[in-house]
Amino acid sequence: MQQKTTNQKAWFLVLPVLILVAFSAVIPLMTVVNYSVQDTFGNNQFFWAGLEWFEEMLSDERMWNALQRQLMFSGIILAIEIPLGIFVALNMPKSGFWSSFCLVVMSLPLLIPWNVVGTIWQIFGRVDIGLLGHTLEALGINYNYTQNTVSAWITIIVMDVWHWTSLVALLAFAGLKSIPDAYYQAARIDQASRWKVFRFIELPKMMGVLMIAILLRFMDSFMIYTEPFVVTGGGPGNATTLLSIDLVKMALGQFDLGPAAAFSLMYFLVILLISWVFYTVMVNLDKKGL
Amino acid sequence: MARITLDNLAHSYMANPASEADFALKELNYDWEDGEAYALLGASGCGKSTLLNIISGLLMPSQGRILFDGKDVTHAPTAERNIAQVFQFPVVYDTMTVQDNLAFPLRNRGRDEAYVAERVQEIARMIGMEDMLRKKARGLGADAKQKISLGRGMVRKDVNALLFDEPLTVIDPHMKWELRTQLKKLHHDFGHTMIYVTHDQTEALTFADKVVVMYDGRVVQIGTPEELFERPEHTFVGYFIGSPGMNVIPAKVEGRMAYVNGAEVALSSRYAPLSGKVEIGVRPEFVRLSESEGLPVKIRRIEDAGRHKIIRAECFGQDINIISGEDDPVRADMTRVTFDAAKVNVYANDWRVAPTEGEAA
Repeated sequence: MQQKTTNQKAWFLVLPVLILVAFSAVIPLMTVVNYSVQDTFGNNQFFWAGLEWFEEMLSDERMWNALQRQLMFSGIILAIEIPLGIFVALNMPKSGFWSSFCLVVMSLPLLIPWNVVGTIWQIFGRVDIGLLGHTLEALGINYNYTQNTVSAWITIIVMDVWHWTSLVALLAFAGLKSIPDAYYQAARIDQASRWKVFRFIELPKMMGVLMIAILLRFMDSFMIYTEPFVVTGGGPGNATTLLSIDLVKMALGQFDLGPAAAFSLMYFLVILLISWVFYTVMVNLDKKGL
Repeated sequence: MARITLDNLAHSYMANPASEADFALKELNYDWEDGEAYALLGASGCGKSTLLNIISGLLMPSQGRILFDGKDVTHAPTAERNIAQVFQFPVVYDTMTVQDNLAFPLRNRGRDEAYVAERVQEIARMIGMEDMLRKKARGLGADAKQKISLGRGMVRKDVNALLFDEPLTVIDPHMKWELRTQLKKLHHDFGHTMIYVTHDQTEALTFADKVVVMYDGRVVQIGTPEELFERPEHTFVGYFIGSPGMNVIPAKVEGRMAYVNGAEVALSSRYAPLSGKVEIGVRPEFVRLSESEGLPVKIRRIEDAGRHKIIRAECFGQDINIISGEDDPVRADMTRVTFDAAKVNVYANDWRVAPTEGEAA
């Protein structure tokens, strides 16, 4: 039998990656873990607190409310953006100048920095000078995102839909483009209705990219901070205080490092958990042949 | 079932075709007889699929009309034409079971479930997939998927025509035979008009009653396999059908005699004076090696194909192929070839010229 050569020096080759990952992820995360199990009264003095912060946060209604708002936000934007994105993709020109034109126009919102998107909508929705706010006001509709919870929610949801539907549409479009013509021709021969073409050809062929779109949009919206912060600042009251806005308030506003660290670890675990569940379900569906 | 008439039909993929070269399918008049099996044979890109898609209504022709039993359907959508078509690459509805795939065309036409179930069983038996009916189509291999496509094409009994666009390309050789036999049987049993596109001459010749040979967007000959073999109307048909193809040799033709580089070749009948590029064509099967008479050749290679030998030779610097029997002697002193005069065809500018008199039967 041939002897396997052993050369432990090869481990040095992975060293650069280890160092990189250590500095970019492991060490910062461990710092947070460190904060989450200690208490401090300033002066850089820390005391062991064990799981106290975690217990406190779990019994704190504030975090549960933020989580609830967060889930509602992610749920609503997914429920709008995914079907809307598919609808847009289905109706886009498949080739030629107008196809490229649509692609460029639709990519534009994706290229605008979050901050700027927030500012655009903040001004757009203002009742005194904003085009949208002023128009609605003139039409006699009670719209004021700084005072009215419903208005604030509608504003941040419409803003997110405006910002990100393109992403779903572009992914769905890519999925649609990869369907060979023969499928559509066969469907015509088989006399399939438009709905059946969508249900049995387009949707199954788009499934892969749609799952990526859902996962991306879920994770992104679950971590959203900048845009709602710029528009509503979490208000009115706490109406639009989503998880990350709440977290920043706690960590940097109140400087409650311990609870905030515990909070962010749980936040991280929730995202990890949901993504994992999502991924597992996906892979299983795929195996079973949907 | 219907008779399909093509009337002045032509198609170009360009918006404003200027010259004939812009047409993917050049002007064509033809009647596809009801209940016959046709093969559309030609190299890739010669317009076969274009013609097929025009018949099924997936493509609107740039000019001309298409009639089913005398009724103009040129602008009728595919659904109205009631055509079944099977494509080169398998098209199955991944998320459905095999059974639902087969039932799909029937259900879309609102047939009742009892009838659908019966037809699905019949077709499943025909394509040998009875035990897979409940499986999802997604996980199946390419040839199983193509069998489903074929099955979906055959599931409707009342179609006007069945069109096949190189359907057996992805199927392995053993299965090819079986499916082709099934298709022939189907044609025999139900008498559908069938049009089968292929670039494989064996497939075409074994499947069809009539073979339509296409070359560069033009139908160059329509005929029985025998006619294509004995009397190719165009040098392309000569090349394309037969293995190896017909020998085409530049010649001068005067009356009953052809001259290849000055050497005489007897013809079986008389020809009027010809202009342009004149050639004679003779199939390797009708060329004999000889010691003393005929054109001088230099033998370069002999291939033994089992039942016969293929002799590759050179005649006045031109390649010439000879097929001789397994037991026919090939000797070093056989440096000439003779042609069977009755089987020599004369071509002017690639098209066959009919003799003026005395054509051999």
